[in-house]
Amino acid sequence: MSFMDVYMIVPSAFASGMIWFVLLAALLYIAREPAHQAITSLSRVIHNGLRLTANAVARAEYWMLQRNKDVLLAQGREAAERMIEREFERIDATVRRDLAEYPALHRRLSEEATRLDEDYQSSTEVPPAPPGWIKAVEAVAKIPAKGDPVVSNILEDIHASLEKASEDAIAQCRKSSRERHQILKGMMPHWRKVAARLSEVNKNVESLLMRSKSIDRHMAEYEGIVQGTNQAVRTLSSSSITQFFVAAFVLAIAVGGAAINFNLIATPMAEMVGGTSRIMGYPVANIAAMVIILVEIAMGLFLMESLRITRLFPVIGALDDKLRRVILWAAFIFLFSLAGIEAGLAYMRELLMQDAAATRALLRADGATEIVQNSHLWITTAAQMGMGFILPFALTFVAIPLESFVHSLRTVLGVLAVALLRGLNWLLRLLGNVARFAGRMLISVYDLLIFAPLWVEQLVKGSMDKKTENENAVVDSETNSSFARDSM
Amino acid sequence: MKKNIYFMLCFLPLAILLAACSSEDAPQVPDTRGVYLLIDTSGTYTQELEQAKRVINYILSDLKPGDSFAVARVDTGSFSEKDIITKATFDARPSASNEQKRIFQAQINKFLKEVKSSSHTDITGGILQAIEYLNESGAGHKTILIFSDLKEELRPGFVRAEIPLALSGYNVVALNVTKLRSDNVDPREYLGRLEGWKQRVETGGGRWKVVNDLERLESLLEI
Repeated sequence: MSFMDVYMIVPSAFASGMIWFVLLAALLYIAREPAHQAITSLSRVIHNGLRLTANAVARAEYWMLQRNKDVLLAQGREAAERMIEREFERIDATVRRDLAEYPALHRRLSEEATRLDEDYQSSTEVPPAPPGWIKAVEAVAKIPAKGDPVVSNILEDIHASLEKASEDAIAQCRKSSRERHQILKGMMPHWRKVAARLSEVNKNVESLLMRSKSIDRHMAEYEGIVQGTNQAVRTLSSSSITQFFVAAFVLAIAVGGAAINFNLIATPMAEMVGGTSRIMGYPVANIAAMVIILVEIAMGLFLMESLRITRLFPVIGALDDKLRRVILWAAFIFLFSLAGIEAGLAYMRELLMQDAAATRALLRADGATEIVQNSHLWITTAAQMGMGFILPFALTFVAIPLESFVHSLRTVLGVLAVALLRGLNWLLRLLGNVARFAGRMLISVYDLLIFAPLWVEQLVKGSMDKKTENENAVVDSETNSSFARDSM
Repeated sequence: MKKNIYFMLCFLPLAILLAACSSEDAPQVPDTRGVYLLIDTSGTYTQELEQAKRVINYILSDLKPGDSFAVARVDTGSFSEKDIITKATFDARPSASNEQKRIFQAQINKFLKEVKSSSHTDITGGILQAIEYLNESGAGHKTILIFSDLKEELRPGFVRAEIPLALSGYNVVALNVTKLRSDNVDPREYLGRLEGWKQRVETGGGRWKVVNDLERLESLLEI
C-alpha cells in the first residue's frame, strides 16, 4: 500500500487533503495539553542540563582563577624574596666595604683638619714691631734746631736710617708675605684631599640611600604580594606574560643558533656514523648531531644550576658546596670537550665541502681543466671552527630564558584556560536559553497548526461567557427589585 | 617539584620522538633515488655518446648518499647483467661517496673510449633489465633514462613485443631522441615512434617524458 493509497480518502486530492487536515488538527487539538507538557519538559530538561553544566564550568573557572592567583602570588613572593635578599646582600657588601673604613677615613679627615689649622696659624700676619729708637728720634725731632747744623746732620742721619729701616721693613714684610703665600699654597692639596674624602663619604651614603629606597620599593611590592591585593596580582600577571614573550623570543633565537650548530656538524657526523638506517624517518647521523647539541644544552643547564644562576633543579642548588663545585667543573669540562669536538667537526666539514666541490668541478669540467684553489679559504675554515667552538658556550645561556619560559608558561596557560572556560560558560548559557525559548516557540508553532479548532474553542467560550453574564445580570436585577420591595 | 614537571613536559615530545623505534621496521617509502641509464650503442648513434657523458656527469653531481645509479648499454641483446657498464649505490659517508663518483666517471670514460657499435637495438630488453635492477636496489623513487633514438631493431628470434613492462611507480625519460633520415621524409614515423613508446610505458603504469634539450637537465630526476 503506497502513500497515495493512504492519502486519497476521496477521489479529489484537495478534498482528501482537507479531510486529513481536519483529522490531524482534531488529533493534535486533543493531544494539545500533553504535547505542550512534553515540549515544555524537554526544553526545561535541556535548559537545566546546560545551566548546570554552565554552573560547573563557572565553578571550574573560579577555581582556576584562584589557583592561578595562588601560583602567581607564590612565584611572585619567591622572586620578591630573592630580590630583597639580593638587595640586602648588596647593602651588606657596601657597608662592609665602604663604611668599615669610616674610622680610618675619620682619622685622615682629622689629620687634614689639624694640618690646615696649623698652616692657617702659620700664615697669620704678625706686624713687625717698630724699632725702639723711634721714640728717641721723636724726642730729637722735638728739639728746637735754631739753625744748628749738628742737629740737622743728626736729623739727616736719622732720616737716612729711617729710610733704610723702612726698606728693611718692606723687604721683611714681602718676605713674610711670600712665606705666608707659600704656606697657603701648600694648604691646597690638603683641601683637595678633604674634598675628595668628603665626596667619597657622600657617594657611599648616596649609594646606601638608593639601595634603601630600592629595598623600600621591593618591600612594598612584597607586602602587596603577601596580602594578595588585586594590584599585585595584575602587576605579576602582566610581568609574567611579558616575561613569557621575551623568553619565547630569546628561545627562538637560541633555536636558530642550535639550527646553525646542527648544520655545522651534520655532514661530518654522516662521515663518522655512516650507514643508511633511519629513526622516525630521520638519518641516524642527523639524530647523532642533534643529540650532541642537546647534551651541550644539558651541560649548560647543569653549569647554570651549579652556579645558582638558575633554579630549575633545586636538588643541585641544595647540594653541599664541595659536591656542587665538582658538578660545576665536570659540566664545564664536558662542555669544553664537546666544544672542541665541534670545532674539529667544523674543520672536517670544510674538508668534506672542498672534496665535494672538487668532485663536482671534476664531473662538470670532465677533468679537462684544473681546479683553481681559493687562497682565502682559510678564513671560512677558521670562521667555521670558531663558530663550532663558541656556539656550545653561547647555547649554555639558554638555561636562563628557559627558566623564565617554564615559570611564565604556567601563568599564560592558566590565563588561556580561564578564558576558555569563560567562553565555554557563555556558550552553555546561550544554548540553555536557546533551548528554553525554542520550547516556547515549538508550543506556539503547535498551536499555529491547530489554529482552526482553537478558533472554534475561542468562539464557543466567548458565547458561553456571554450567556453566563446575561443570566447573572437577570439574577442580580431580580435580587435588587425584591430587596427594594422588602425595604418599602 | 612542579617546576620540574613543567620542564619535563617541554621536552616530552622530543623524548618521544627520539625514543621511537627505527624506521627499518616501519613500512615507509625510502627517500632514496634509483637511476638506470640506457645508452644506445647501435649504428650511428655512437656519435652521440659524448652528450651521454655530460648527462652521466650531471646525474653523478646531483645524486646524494644512499642513491643508486647504473649505466648500461643498449645493444643486440640488452636483457643481461653483462650490459651494465658500471653501477654504484653511494655510501652515506660523503668522502666515500665522492670517491665512488670519481671511480664511476673514470669507468664511463674508459667505456666510451673503447665502445664499438652494435648491429641491433634491443631497448625493451634494456628496460626489463633496468626494472630488475631498480627493484632490487630498493630505491624509493625510480627513474629509467633512455639515451637513444628509440628505433628498436631486434635480432630475428628475439621476443620482446608481447612482454608487458611493469613500470608502476617508474619515471621513464627519453633523452636526445634524434631524428633519423626517414623521420625527415615522413615526420609521422618519428611522432609515431614516440607515441608507441609512450603507450607502452603508460600501459605499464609508468610516467613518460621526453627531454631533447640537454641544456636543461634540471628536470631530469624530478620526482
